[in-house]
Amino acid sequence: MNHDHKPFTILLADDDPEDRMLTRDALAESRCANRLETVENGEELMDYLNRRGKFASLADTPLPGLILLDLNMPKKDGREALKEIKGDPMLRRIPVVVLTTSKAEEDIYRTYDLGVNSFITKPVKFEGLVAAMQMLSRYWIEIVELPTEESQHGI
Amino acid sequence: MESERMNIVLADDDADDRLLVRDALAETQAPPQLDCVEDGEALMDYLHRRGKYEHLPAAQQPRIILLDLNMPRKDGREALKEIKDDPNLRQIPVVILTTSNAMEDIQRTYDLGASSFLIKPRNFESLVKTLDTLVRYWFDTCRLPKS
Repeated sequence: MNHDHKPFTILLADDDPEDRMLTRDALAESRCANRLETVENGEELMDYLNRRGKFASLADTPLPGLILLDLNMPKKDGREALKEIKGDPMLRRIPVVVLTTSKAEEDIYRTYDLGVNSFITKPVKFEGLVAAMQMLSRYWIEIVELPTEESQHGI
Repeated sequence: MESERMNIVLADDDADDRLLVRDALAETQAPPQLDCVEDGEALMDYLHRRGKYEHLPAAQQPRIILLDLNMPRKDGREALKEIKDDPNLRQIPVVILTTSNAMEDIQRTYDLGASSFLIKPRNFESLVKTLDTLVRYWFDTCRLPKS
């Protein structure tokens, strides 16, 4: 039952550099040992996942085990990116967790409708964010089985 | 979010397993309300409020569905597919809770829209721990669509 130190990468898409840093710090504080990579908007996220453009060199590396997705981003926002990911037979199995400041019922309903794996409203205070990242890691890293080969482990 | 209803439905054909989950959930820090059904067909009846579930209030759909995979009549894979194809049900997160650890089951159920896949721990203490994490993650950390 102890699934510590799974090597999968967590990918964060967020346009705000300060928010990216806060999430990174909160994950580190919650002792999540997984590698965190970041992209700045939905378009970069799709390039990253499809290994194209400036991410072409990632072609032979494993896809992320978990995607953390902000909703409001320029170029391509989180809703559009989510729709593309869940509509793509090669990508749809990757769990996507929305991580946003929005708590609008409409965003919650609509993203679950599009197939999001879960929706987290980002706590405003850093301690709250650490607690949320701690639960997120405990859930997705310790008890969940992920669909990617790299993240499989025995029981 | 404490004011929001915390209710879960579990679909599992094994009466002992249903009881174990019920007992383990009762030991979590904030036990949700649990309804149980015994296979995929009963689950679909439950969600559609028909047959023997006709009397249940339509507005009180479960916030989360816990779904076993191997069940008679309609198995978890088929039920999952029906739920995720139904515009009125697809927003409800479905968490697979099974003894299977086959990669094929894991990948296929994520492809069909499962929210996550959990392997049921065999010992009771681990089951309590797993369900406690599950309840806290979904009801404290996450936001769920209103039912």
